Amino acid sequence: MIELASINRNFEVGEETVHALRDINLNIEAGEYISIMGPSGSGKSTLLNILGLLDQPNSGSYRFNDQAVNQLADEEQARVRLEYIGFVFQFFHLIPRLSATDNVALPLTLAGVDPEIRKQKAALAMQALGIADRAQHRPDQLSGGQRQRVAIARAMITEPQLILADEPTGNLDRASGADVIEALEELNQKGITLIVVTHDPELGQRARRRLSMDDGKIIGDLSP
Amino acid sequence: MMRLADVFRYSLQAMLGHRGRSLLILLAMAIGVAAVVVLTALGEGARLYVLKQFTTLGSHLVIVLPGRSETSGGPPPMLGETPRDLTLDDALALYQSHAVGKVAPVVIGSAPVSWQAREREVLVLGTTAEMEQVRQLKLARGKFIDSNNPHRGAAVCVIGHTLRKELFGNQQALGQWLRIGERRFRVIGELAQQGHSLGTDIGDLIIIPVASAQALFNTESLFRILIQAKGRDSITAAMQAAEAIISKRHDGENDITVITQDSILATFDRIFTALTFAVAAIAAISLAVAGILIMNVMLIAISQRTAEIGLLKALGAPDIEIMLLFMAEAGLLSLCGGLAGLGLGMGSSFLLDQAFADFSIAAPAWASLGALSTALLTGIIFGYIPAHRAARLKPVEALTRRR
Repeated sequence: MIELASINRNFEVGEETVHALRDINLNIEAGEYISIMGPSGSGKSTLLNILGLLDQPNSGSYRFNDQAVNQLADEEQARVRLEYIGFVFQFFHLIPRLSATDNVALPLTLAGVDPEIRKQKAALAMQALGIADRAQHRPDQLSGGQRQRVAIARAMITEPQLILADEPTGNLDRASGADVIEALEELNQKGITLIVVTHDPELGQRARRRLSMDDGKIIGDLSP
Repeated sequence: MMRLADVFRYSLQAMLGHRGRSLLILLAMAIGVAAVVVLTALGEGARLYVLKQFTTLGSHLVIVLPGRSETSGGPPPMLGETPRDLTLDDALALYQSHAVGKVAPVVIGSAPVSWQAREREVLVLGTTAEMEQVRQLKLARGKFIDSNNPHRGAAVCVIGHTLRKELFGNQQALGQWLRIGERRFRVIGELAQQGHSLGTDIGDLIIIPVASAQALFNTESLFRILIQAKGRDSITAAMQAAEAIISKRHDGENDITVITQDSILATFDRIFTALTFAVAAIAAISLAVAGILIMNVMLIAISQRTAEIGLLKALGAPDIEIMLLFMAEAGLLSLCGGLAGLGLGMGSSFLLDQAFADFSIAAPAWASLGALSTALLTGIIFGYIPAHRAARLKPVEALTRRR
């Protein structure tokens, strides 16, 4: 599903050039469950952003479903994100003035889907994540775990092929973190490819394939 | 692509989610629009006031002046042309035309008017009974000079309101004999208080039969002739008839000037309309200022909401959709501000209208609509730059930037 070849990503910080990613080669099959671990600054978030088409590599090729997506125009990349990729962020990124339902349905709203269908799909997604009773609450009326589940519901509502989660439990206590991970793993069991970036070794060990990164390079790729 | 209804719902929620900012924009827009509405209402009020003043002169009025005051580029006459005076017979001859309804000859002069020990220098107007209708004069007491043979001057007079008070005080004026110059006249009527009519104080005036005035000022000639045409349609016919009849009586020489009330009216109308436009344009500057404020506030909004913009991009919103969302927000803000301003402007126009009774103040529809659409347009134009900046943000930078 995903083929990365010789990906490089550099940042200019003042006079210095920081090599966030050095010559990354990576193949990912549909349905995989992958964790990416490594110390801060190892490039794992940058890798995730490039996988999610939120960032562009300086060089290299990125093929998604046999399409060279890093050469697409902005609009077409937006289309790929909308149709195939769901995001779960550490800081939830919910829109504070919208209800849980409206936050969940936001990708469909942006895509111009009929309001009735939006409502149904949002209700189903929230039911699957056990937050149906919070449908009309605004984010500031929800707990951290509930917020992250709203975010997961939003990521899955477009039925994506790939879910990218950047430290999804980083802002949660242990119990709600476990809930969130279970919800993500359930999606993986339904065939959605799941990639989780994390600091937490315990969380990392749950994935079937574990990548370790350091200094912009993949230094370990275990599939026990 | 996002549905239009959703675009507006989203923008409306964004607007309501940032009350302070929205109120600020609303206020600026409202003041701008209200300024346009109130100032044009005042300009329009002034225009209507002047038009009203003219119509109190009487309707369908045609005025005949002696002498030719026209700058048409014809060759000068071969013989020295001295304009003939207008005479009373000239005036009466005008009745030959069917277009002419009423004719009121006018002789004007100034003479000392006295009663007992009191004396004042007053404007004396010699005319006929028709004047009452032509100039729409109203009587407080008594009657107007009668319509007997205009060549015979009766020794009667009608006095203005102010003059009556100053000469007679609280005493009965009707039936009294007063003195104009060396002649004696009996007061048969008093004019009602009508205020000014284009500079002439109708209160400070004395009206006598035209023949008496001619005798008093020792002149045959008329100051002017006022004609009331039969109707609005016959004004032109009455003008042509006046020129034809009088030129025939003056040996074929066209030595009079005929003007209509409408032509004077049209001139004033143009002047005041231009004035109203100018004032509206000045007020529109405040709309531009409001537009700049919108731009600033929207730029601040975008820096506050970079994470939201990043999220929308991550969720698959193309750049154009993000532009649309922010432009819609700016447009919606300025529209609401415009509507509030319209309400404010119309409210204050109404209050002003109530405060100045004889001055009707109401903004014309074009001004209200113009102000509203200018407000909307400035919102959209000045919303463009911030919206463009929002759309160009890189998703990863927008997402990772923390507040």
